[in-house]
Amino acid sequence: MADQKQLHTRRAALGCMAFGGAGTLFAIAGGVLTPIDLAVAAASPSALARVGKPLFVQISDTHIGFNKDANPDVSGTLARSIDLVNAMSEQPALIIHTGDITHLSRPAEFDTARQLFSRLRATEMHTVPGEHDTSDAGVTEYFSRFGQASDNRGYYSFDHGGVHFVGLVNVLRFRPGGLGTLGDEQLAWVTADLKGRSSSTPLVVFAHMPLWTIYEPWGWGTGDSGALMDQLRRFGSVSVLNGHIHQIVQKVEGNIRFHTARSTAYPQPEAGVGSGPGPLKVPAEELARMLGVTSVTETRHHALGLTDTTLA
Amino acid sequence: MRAKTPTIAALLATTLLACQASLAALSGQVVIKDFMFVPTTLTVKAGTTVTWANQDEEPHTVYSDTGLFRSSAIDTGEAFSFRFDTPGTYHFVCTIHPRMVGTIVVE
Ligand SMILES: [Cu+2]
Repeated sequence: MADQKQLHTRRAALGCMAFGGAGTLFAIAGGVLTPIDLAVAAASPSALARVGKPLFVQISDTHIGFNKDANPDVSGTLARSIDLVNAMSEQPALIIHTGDITHLSRPAEFDTARQLFSRLRATEMHTVPGEHDTSDAGVTEYFSRFGQASDNRGYYSFDHGGVHFVGLVNVLRFRPGGLGTLGDEQLAWVTADLKGRSSSTPLVVFAHMPLWTIYEPWGWGTGDSGALMDQLRRFGSVSVLNGHIHQIVQKVEGNIRFHTARSTAYPQPEAGVGSGPGPLKVPAEELARMLGVTSVTETRHHALGLTDTTLA
Repeated sequence: MRAKTPTIAALLATTLLACQASLAALSGQVVIKDFMFVPTTLTVKAGTTVTWANQDEEPHTVYSDTGLFRSSAIDTGEAFSFRFDTPGTYHFVCTIHPRMVGTIVVE
């Protein structure tokens, strides 16, 4: 978790970006993704200018409807995150939202979120649901608004800029123990989706809950993600992007880069710190540094980089 | 007629008390606090209405693994109820935090 703390500072975020831009860390054939984490706290025009042309921006855990002490104004911090993205000198073609759009899956929350998203200059948004988006008894509110892209399954794929994107759902099956589950049907679909694709195609795989085990006692992982990794390993450049834990955690395993994004709503404690993964109350002046988005940037030599930005 | 009125009132009062007593006997409560269902296992008689009351800062749900009952998100200070008419053992989980599990035993 020490690496994690460093990434919370603006200096480290910019350092990470420069490193990714230099192309030395991930000098692998084909496109390579490096995360650049944009804290709202670091949203100066010069910092944004250095991000370069983003392929897409990841927004996560907006939790519209949350109103507790950890952040009584989540609509306000989402609006500031959107301002941050809109202020980038080159606009991303896509926005990817990795779930927990809402806090309680209520229609008014989805409507408020949609209204705020409509202010984004980038017009194409792709989503996957978080467990907070599917907590209505009928599990209809998310799917009636965002289900079309996936034929109401929730998982789907698409291509953009030579990159193959795969959106997955790991919040709809509940195994006691708490880890996320993809399920056999979805795993079979992934196998079919990736079959015949060239190993040099850069992949972006995104889902709400982490697709690797970060902390099992809090359910920060996906129980059957091993079968997914078996499918991804042959590809030269894979970026696995998740949300759920409201903080940046990352690791590299072979050609697979794992990265979780910050929330735009409220931070959560580091793994195992305190009684559980609830909202973390921090002094108001610190909040913006712990909220933000991740920008994925195409660097020279056809490599890609990710940037996380916070709100202050 | 005048003499009768108090008698009816007394009868009504007695009936009301009896009703309240039987209602009390046929209701059960699970409190949700600190990411736990308390008690984890609740044993009730058939016909009991069980209420899950959320006293946490976080929303939770109650989801039966057989699909018999399923709440929407229960926010802080809200509750969800379900009446158990058939004896059996009913497991449930919070879909937002699936490590939260509990059981209702209906006798
Ligand atoms: Cu819960």
